[in-house]
Amino acid sequence: MTGWSQALGAPAEEAPTLTGNRGLQIEEPLIFEQDSPGHCGVDLPEPPPHRGRLGALERRAPIGLPGLSEPQIVRHFTRLSQKNYAIDTGLYPLGSCTMKHNPRLNEKLARLPGFADLHPLQPETTIQGALELIDTLAHWLKTLTGMPAVALSPAAGAHGELCGMMTIRAALTARGDARRRILVPESAHGTNPATAAICGYAIDPIAANARGRVDLAALKAKLGGDVAALMLTNPNTCGLFEDEILEIAAAVHAAGAFFYCDGANFNAIVGRVRPADLGIDALHLNLHKTFSTPHGGGGPGSGPVALAAALAPFAPLPWIVHRDNRLTLVEQAAKGPEGGPAASSIGRLKGFHGQMGMFVRALGYMMSHGADGLRQVAEDAVLNANYLRVRLDRKTGGLLSQSFPGPCMHEVLFDDRFLKDTGVTTLDFAKALIDEGFHPMTMYFPLVVHGALLIEPTETESKASLDQFADTVNRLAARAGSGDAAVFQAAPRLTPRRRLDETAAARKPLLRWRREQPKREATK
Amino acid sequence: MPTLRFTEDHEWIRQDGDNAVIGITDYAQQQLGDIVYVELPAPGTRIEAGKEAAIVESAKAASEVYAPVSGEIVAVNGLIAGDPAKVNADPMGEGWFLSVKLDDPTALDGLMDEAAYAVFIAEQG
Amino acid sequence: MRYLPLTPSDRQQMLAAIGVDSIDALFAEVPKAAQRGGLVDLPLAQGELEVERALSRMAAKNLAAGSAPFFIGAGAYRHHVPAAVDHLIQRGEFLTSYTPYQPELAQGTLQSLFEFQTQVALLTGMEVANASLYDGATACAEAVAMAHRITRRNKAVLSGALHPHYREVCRTYAQFSGLDIAALDPRPAEAETLDIDSDTACVVVQNPDFFGELRDWSALTARCHRAGALLVVVVTEILSLGAVTPPGEMGADIVAAEGQSLGNALNFGGPHVGLFAAREQHVRQMPGRLVGQTADADGRRGWVLTLSTREQHIRREKATSNICTNSGLCALAFTIHLALLGEAGVTRLARLNHAAACSLADRLAGLPGIRLVNKSFFNEFSLRLPVPAAEIVAALAEKGVLAGIPASRFYPDRADLANLLLVAATETVTAEDVDNYERALREALR
Repeated sequence: MTGWSQALGAPAEEAPTLTGNRGLQIEEPLIFEQDSPGHCGVDLPEPPPHRGRLGALERRAPIGLPGLSEPQIVRHFTRLSQKNYAIDTGLYPLGSCTMKHNPRLNEKLARLPGFADLHPLQPETTIQGALELIDTLAHWLKTLTGMPAVALSPAAGAHGELCGMMTIRAALTARGDARRRILVPESAHGTNPATAAICGYAIDPIAANARGRVDLAALKAKLGGDVAALMLTNPNTCGLFEDEILEIAAAVHAAGAFFYCDGANFNAIVGRVRPADLGIDALHLNLHKTFSTPHGGGGPGSGPVALAAALAPFAPLPWIVHRDNRLTLVEQAAKGPEGGPAASSIGRLKGFHGQMGMFVRALGYMMSHGADGLRQVAEDAVLNANYLRVRLDRKTGGLLSQSFPGPCMHEVLFDDRFLKDTGVTTLDFAKALIDEGFHPMTMYFPLVVHGALLIEPTETESKASLDQFADTVNRLAARAGSGDAAVFQAAPRLTPRRRLDETAAARKPLLRWRREQPKREATK
Repeated sequence: MPTLRFTEDHEWIRQDGDNAVIGITDYAQQQLGDIVYVELPAPGTRIEAGKEAAIVESAKAASEVYAPVSGEIVAVNGLIAGDPAKVNADPMGEGWFLSVKLDDPTALDGLMDEAAYAVFIAEQG
Repeated sequence: MRYLPLTPSDRQQMLAAIGVDSIDALFAEVPKAAQRGGLVDLPLAQGELEVERALSRMAAKNLAAGSAPFFIGAGAYRHHVPAAVDHLIQRGEFLTSYTPYQPELAQGTLQSLFEFQTQVALLTGMEVANASLYDGATACAEAVAMAHRITRRNKAVLSGALHPHYREVCRTYAQFSGLDIAALDPRPAEAETLDIDSDTACVVVQNPDFFGELRDWSALTARCHRAGALLVVVVTEILSLGAVTPPGEMGADIVAAEGQSLGNALNFGGPHVGLFAAREQHVRQMPGRLVGQTADADGRRGWVLTLSTREQHIRREKATSNICTNSGLCALAFTIHLALLGEAGVTRLARLNHAAACSLADRLAGLPGIRLVNKSFFNEFSLRLPVPAAEIVAALAEKGVLAGIPASRFYPDRADLANLLLVAATETVTAEDVDNYERALREALR
């Protein structure tokens, strides 16, 4: 379903060049294809004579790595970087990803030797500043969420979900009340059911109502003594606030279950709303979304989990506690009948203490914005999304079909009704947007509408940027409606590669370079 | 004359005496797009009506193939395991999935015939 | 505010276009009780100068590893990263790009991840590798889960010489899955008996192990395979594979490793980068992202994310893992550093590390009362001291020497391990550092 086909025809109209390069766009082979055997881009001294102690396990066969000089490596990766779209180059309207500007100050702070050149297991007297930073971050997160505790070690959002769901299961086990089901809305992100399955739970989906929110009646019908928790994203993946959330929380708690909230969309409410007042028991946050730590081509992230008092005792190791006038790490669960810190912890979720590099960046971000700035972030995020809503929706002058009428929060959901009978799919539409210089919005998610297009501009887009995007999308929609399907199906034409054959990639996976392999040809 | 029947999950089943062959329909393969992988159970495994019997994957989606009837798997189609594109090319013939020994030779009676299935998919829109 | 482009005039125009009087109207669906009337009780916005000052003050309270003789390892290693690495990963197109779901706009990320996957496969001697996981410990837990899926067996046997954090994470992940984690007792330098039966999904060993010892696991591999179990080999110091026989050559089925040593600073424990490699026959059971090679509509070579149907965004509750994010930028740093080193460089760097450790081991083991426990090691070894190691480490820290890790940090209840000290030496250790260490240790033992 990539729309790839051999029949897409001849390359772009421009005359082919001699090199295959196109101006600033350079064809760049793999490093393995540029090997100068014996060459090295790092000057290292000859090791002094020594009595080897490798125990007859000296590596005999070569590894097979290529040798290149520094200029070649710098050029190689610079050329690769030029084939990437990024926040730094343009609007990145991916729904629920919160592709906001990544401030460079935070890169500088994370690289301070006092943070970067610090081993996690150094004596505690030598790391008090690091513990203070983590404690400060925890304070900001607890204050923003209104929750009394926060677990900082999860390395990403999905990891945070695992953490939250495990504390819930541990809490239920501790009160002798093992339950079996997790309720998850149909619109949920795939990590939610995947996480629930790892915790040994069965997943029971809840339908959305006509307004795109969780159907409260359906939820109540599915609640029972065997439901451990509801996993809810709020604002939800349709960009809408679950306005019946207080009734939802009450119903969940009345059934003896816990309320887990996926905080991926926290950007809509940070600084303006107190999640603790919504009845939430566990809330994961994505530092790489709401708090601007860079996406880095797919990671690293950080997914701390704010916890209610009932779940706090089960938080993963390590804990950072105040003791004897300084900060100290609790790395093992206290044993014995008297208990003590972390006695009931679910255990360790990753090596060492957590994503310190992301903590520094996130705290730098929070301190830069402050209480007033963070409130403005949520307001501008919601404003920008609603502005795009009215510019794009066919009810208010645009050409797209909003799925659930009315105001949205920080992201707006459209579906492919506006493409009906045009021969243009959501995929084709997105690929055409690429040629116009924009990264497409999220497509085909959430699954609750057909051919979904989910747009989240974030607060770091200017009005001019939004106007340009809206104008382009509307003009493309008009072109799709006027029978110009071939242009969409041939898109993109102007990127370093045109549509790629994902079917062939999946049928005959080629996951690494090998010395003797021929270059893959297009499938006939 | 082998009996051919269809399910609402877009599987077909063709009976010949006590045995039957199962696959996915042309409608199903169109919906899935290019098929990249199939996961087939081992011969000798039991299948239960309504439960998952196999998995079929396209580049972007994975779908369960549900057992239309209960029985014991006699053979699976190694051809589609090695060349999943066959399911797209010939879903009702070379692209078959499973051959089963039926628990109940009358089990197909409750399923849609070709005409009823044609009406069913027309209503899918 | 410097990061917010909207002006008050913009906001007014946009509110008018939307048809509401104030921004509050767009928050009307949030229950009043949960809305903050005023600002949250936190400091107000600050400029770069103030923020830098505040965080620098915190950083200054730490002793950076580079400012003292430094000998700590235990799963995170201090290496010199060439300046070019950090410059390249800070290019905005790498730093601020997203997961490569639109491959036409992400060939830079996809090609570099394909190079990464190849490098990891080559280093570990395995057939395929993924595009990275969070860290070595979670990679280990994922390896155990994968072995469980493949063999459909319920027990995992963990060597007592596996890094304790890795063991703990395996336990945490498995606690609700019905998997039985049988972890053996740590006994430095002793060979252990690993019991394999018909319910064993995998055996997990580490090389070099937590105490630094190197072993050939080929015989164990054969035993595992005869019993229908898989062998998982963990590597916490990836640079060791520049000098040591790789797990693939020993017959390993899965390798779970930590890649931090290449391209990435210590970062107080994170972000690091998990490496994961396996046999090709098991590729559809692998967690994490995979980049595959293909061609575009013009027949030109390119790369895409592939075998996505294993992942959460498609299989949801049937996914091989719940993982979504990888360690992208850290993997890129690894790729660039290893590309700069190449075959000649990584082997030489590994030998430099080993030579530094040999020299240090000989010097320290020459001190009265100190015994080197290891028969073999790469760049980390264990010393048995005449007194509790934690006291020595604290005493040396006061003298400004970061002497290593006492085993009691991980095993506080084990009297038999109280005198054991883990010591690492990388290429960053100087002759002066070694002199300082020996002198300080001699004094502390007096």
